[in-house]
Amino acid sequence: MSLEVSYNSDEMMTVSAARMLRNGAICFVGIGLPSTAANLARLLHAPDVVLIYESGPIGAKPAVLPLSIGDGSLAEEADTVVSTPEIFRYWLQGGRVDIGFLGAAQIDRYANINTTVIGNYHRPTVRLPGAGGAPEISTSAREVLIIVRQSRKSFVEKLDFVTSAGFLTGGDSRRQAGISGGGPSAVITDLCVLRPEPESHEFIVASIHPGVSAERIRQNTGWKIRFEVDCGETTPPTADELRVLRDLKARTAAAHGMPEPVV
Amino acid sequence: MAQWMSLSEAIAALVQDGDCVALEGFTHLIPFAAGHEIIRQGRRHLSLVRMTPDLIYDQLIGAGCADRLTFSWGGNPGVGSLHRFRDAVERGWPVPLELEERSHSDLANAYVAGASNLPFAVLRGYAGSSFEQVSPHIRSITCPFTGEKLAATPSVRPDVTVIHAQKVDRSGNVLLWGILGVQKEAVLAARRSIVTVEEQVDSLNAAPNACVLPHWVVNAVCMVPRGATPSYAHGYYDRDNVFYQQWDSISRDREIFTAWIREHVLNTADFAEYLRVQNERHRREAVQ
Repeated sequence: MSLEVSYNSDEMMTVSAARMLRNGAICFVGIGLPSTAANLARLLHAPDVVLIYESGPIGAKPAVLPLSIGDGSLAEEADTVVSTPEIFRYWLQGGRVDIGFLGAAQIDRYANINTTVIGNYHRPTVRLPGAGGAPEISTSAREVLIIVRQSRKSFVEKLDFVTSAGFLTGGDSRRQAGISGGGPSAVITDLCVLRPEPESHEFIVASIHPGVSAERIRQNTGWKIRFEVDCGETTPPTADELRVLRDLKARTAAAHGMPEPVV
Repeated sequence: MAQWMSLSEAIAALVQDGDCVALEGFTHLIPFAAGHEIIRQGRRHLSLVRMTPDLIYDQLIGAGCADRLTFSWGGNPGVGSLHRFRDAVERGWPVPLELEERSHSDLANAYVAGASNLPFAVLRGYAGSSFEQVSPHIRSITCPFTGEKLAATPSVRPDVTVIHAQKVDRSGNVLLWGILGVQKEAVLAARRSIVTVEEQVDSLNAAPNACVLPHWVVNAVCMVPRGATPSYAHGYYDRDNVFYQQWDSISRDREIFTAWIREHVLNTADFAEYLRVQNERHRREAVQ
């Protein structure tokens, strides 16, 4: 018998994402949710994962989560720190990255991502931060994991702008566009885990987090979302996973002088 | 040949209205002091370039110094939006801001192309994205050997690049370390360059492959200790994360922002005085 441990939906999301990072993988990490999940994996089952940040650190082992993509803690414990052009030219475009780990502002059913604008490009309603490294991470990494909170605002029928390619219009369209990397293999949210359906490459629900209903997932998705036939329940976080995650966040909040733990 | 100047002399001599200016730094060694001096001297119609415009670009944009921005990620890292940047793009305040938007990989390659005296950069980029539909600067080229279609984008050639570095020796040779970003490429891509520095030393004692910019590729060297704060200088001081959070509320409101710029930048003589004003504010807040 295992003890019941309470946790919140963000913790479930981060733990699910961390579990997907295999030990020894070469992982190109985005800041924020991806960085939290990647470092959790490193502290749990994947001590030999190689974390690459776009600011230049290769083999980063930050003691606390970086607040920005270029925090000094990333450089201090890294195997090496190279210039930003080198990161993108030799290491990413050079084909040395197994997994690209990305976040998103908006995502569609083929896991294309928008982090550029909401509304018309030239007269945007909301100007988002922009592409960063994502357009090339999503095409050059052998595999892509996407971590994003699920809502009608983030899971949309049609993107206002495609910043980074997923499976484009589905089917064979990604390969037809000449994109070398294999594309997104999972989208991890605070409600569920989605995987691409073979052939169509539409993302469908592969496992539902404990306590979440299928109806709630439908309500928080801007398209008619489908579920795998044998869609199961996500394994809840273990006490160990939660302890390591909470320790990491507490250390991070203390180190950055922040009142609330960062995600 | 590097000339020793005060920062105000360097900006007056080397940054003109209408120039294309890059103040580079990938969250580390961001030349805040130089950005403040550009605002203080009232430069207008600048075309700014930076991979990761953050607070200092938000300040330059909100102060009305820039008409144009070439960039690849514009946000307050770990906090959220750049509100002055968004206000300029979404509502044209204080002046409209024209954007040339690229990806990190593209801009990094474009600086390399600029430093290499090439007119454009080639990369495997933007496949499947909407960029080509909205930007005349993102085009493609066919490899003459393999037939592969690749992205082609114009190189970046700033009129002036400004960076901050840790050390300079007596001759003006500059050493920087830690997260290097694109600073070396940005200096070598530019027609003119200004380097603000933490510390002057007799000898750099740099390892043979260290990132050293020889004095003869730098126009002006300015001693500005703490000149990268609130960002950090590896080996000297940490990032002021609290200020990055405070900036969110300062920058949200046009009037609060304008008052902040007046008190902290326009009404201070130089960066040393700015630091004194900031420290007093910190002390007052600590007491309250």
